[in-house]
Amino acid sequence: MYKHIMVPVDLAHADRLDRALTTAADLAKHYGIPLTYVGVTATTPGAVAHNPEEFQAKLDRFAQAQGLKHGLRPDMVAYTSHDPAVDLDQTLMKAIDETQADLVVMASHVPGLADHLFASNAGHLAMHAKISVFVVR
Amino acid sequence: MTDILKDGPDGLTNPIETDYEIGRDNIQARVGPFGLDIHNPVFLISGLTIVAFVLATLAWHDEVEPLFNHLRVWLTSTLDWFFLSAANVFVLFCLVLVVSPLGKVRLGGTNAKPDYSYSGWFAMLFAAGMGIGLMFFGVAEPISHFSSSLGGTAVEGGVRTDWAPLGAAAGDAEAAARLGMAATIFHWGLHPWAIYAVVALALALFSYNKGLPLTIRSIFYPIFGERVWGWTGHIIDTLAVFATLFGLATSLGFGAEQANAGLDFLFGWSVTDTSKILLIVGITAIALISVLAGLDAGVKRLSEINMVLALALLLFVVFAGPTLELLGGFVSGLGAYAENLIPLSNPVGREDANFSQGWTAFYWAWWISWSPFVGMFIARVSRGRTVREFIICVLLIPTVVCVFWMTVFGGTAIDQIVNDGYQAVADADLELKLFAMLEHLPLTAVSSIIGIVLVIVFFVTSSDSGSLVIDTITAGGKVDAPVPQRVFWCTFEGLVAIALLLGGGLGALQAMAVSTGFPFTVVLLLACYATYKGLASEPR
Repeated sequence: MYKHIMVPVDLAHADRLDRALTTAADLAKHYGIPLTYVGVTATTPGAVAHNPEEFQAKLDRFAQAQGLKHGLRPDMVAYTSHDPAVDLDQTLMKAIDETQADLVVMASHVPGLADHLFASNAGHLAMHAKISVFVVR
Repeated sequence: MTDILKDGPDGLTNPIETDYEIGRDNIQARVGPFGLDIHNPVFLISGLTIVAFVLATLAWHDEVEPLFNHLRVWLTSTLDWFFLSAANVFVLFCLVLVVSPLGKVRLGGTNAKPDYSYSGWFAMLFAAGMGIGLMFFGVAEPISHFSSSLGGTAVEGGVRTDWAPLGAAAGDAEAAARLGMAATIFHWGLHPWAIYAVVALALALFSYNKGLPLTIRSIFYPIFGERVWGWTGHIIDTLAVFATLFGLATSLGFGAEQANAGLDFLFGWSVTDTSKILLIVGITAIALISVLAGLDAGVKRLSEINMVLALALLLFVVFAGPTLELLGGFVSGLGAYAENLIPLSNPVGREDANFSQGWTAFYWAWWISWSPFVGMFIARVSRGRTVREFIICVLLIPTVVCVFWMTVFGGTAIDQIVNDGYQAVADADLELKLFAMLEHLPLTAVSSIIGIVLVIVFFVTSSDSGSLVIDTITAGGKVDAPVPQRVFWCTFEGLVAIALLLGGGLGALQAMAVSTGFPFTVVLLLACYATYKGLASEPR
């Protein structure tokens, strides 16, 4: 059915991702396919990490913890972006290409009025990615 | 500071260990449908004080304007020695870093890769740093110093009343041109760029290598320690937002007047409030599109377009103007600058008080009041460069470019006055001098249109990078705060400009923005010390 699942994660709000993470892990186990967590950071110090290396280390720890929790051996890739507030969508599109994933599972908020002006990241991917996107709300 | 070196793909840095978590003081609020992530209290305090100042200025601008103007004149005439000495310190500090072993330190870690190519980097730092000033003063300032030098000195009651630099050059057109050019280059050369370089280097070092948030308060960590996360830091950041927003909004207001005058001169657009407001709205709208497109697709691309246009105009003037004289003028301009650099930067015992206070000290206060904005923007795009590379590209190359620009634009205009007897360029208003000069060259229609487009695009590049900077400061150093926040600052800046344009008070608040140059001069001197200490503890 699918070959590779990609899960974009926002480490600053990892607590809100539970449903999406469980969904992704269940799908990975169901089809017996690899799962990759993708994180995007700015090069400037931010809430999650002070520099890209620290971010990568945190994402790695996150992936390992998720692996233990769900009995999987997930992968992870950290990307840096000059302006993540705007470039996140393009960075995730690039990640889809580079990880060669064919299914994205990601969390999103319930759409509201603001989404007409500034589309959510999941909304953008669902609209522009060529592969399947599972938006978990 | 500890000496733990973190080893990773970007190599070694020596971070500062602090318990402060970036975003700790932020509040995630919702305003209508929009989510916000803003620093408490910097966002609210700076927003509210800006509104209060604008309202007060609108209500009492006749009373406020002389007050702020008086403050500015008082600062630049009483503390001229302080501004001049401080700027000299910044130049020397940067030049020492280039040749010292500290120049090998790389921003972001020993193996960090530059975020931007040389051309993209250079285009952005140039568009944010000077841009618009070059358009207006490139012709106006050399002519002004040339004329005052040619007029010689005038003394009344033992005090010089003329505005000529140094000892003037009464009646000697060639010497006056040299002195005028030296004085102009002095104001646009090493000193202003050293001011920017000091702020930018300090910010880049303390955020990329030391791990502190990208906001002005971080520079103060070595001095105030953990207190920078409290009110000390709130005040520093608020002051930076204040200087940036008022600096940008007032120059946008004046810029609209100047662009309107230019359009009137070229196409007979009438100078009315409506057309000025349309210009502000247009500039703000393009800036909005640019900040929404982001740093790479918006700000960088626009800066590159800007650079290509500026280069085209520069080359056009070189070839359409007195080419050989201009090329020779570049060399003699550099020579005149070198020859007069020391007397012009002398902070004490000056006889040319009008010039050294009214021009030089004013300029230094002005550049310094812009430095939090420009410095922060330069820092944002300079990761991965070594300190030596950084200073060569932020201090030395821009200086050479400015020398070339000034000698070409100013040299052509002076040549028109001296050799062609073309007085229109000398008599034109400040904002029209560029167009008057272009009118005396062939292909006026094309070159003037490029000129006016450049004026507008330069405003846009200041406005968009300024909005990014204010947004980062008011989000506590976060660069990934929700996009509606930068839309807010960009729009707010346009609204402040319109309010002040209609209600009066552009001059008052600009004088106030320039006055913030004084506290920031102290900030910058401390930053030199903090940067030296910070660099010394970095692996090279």
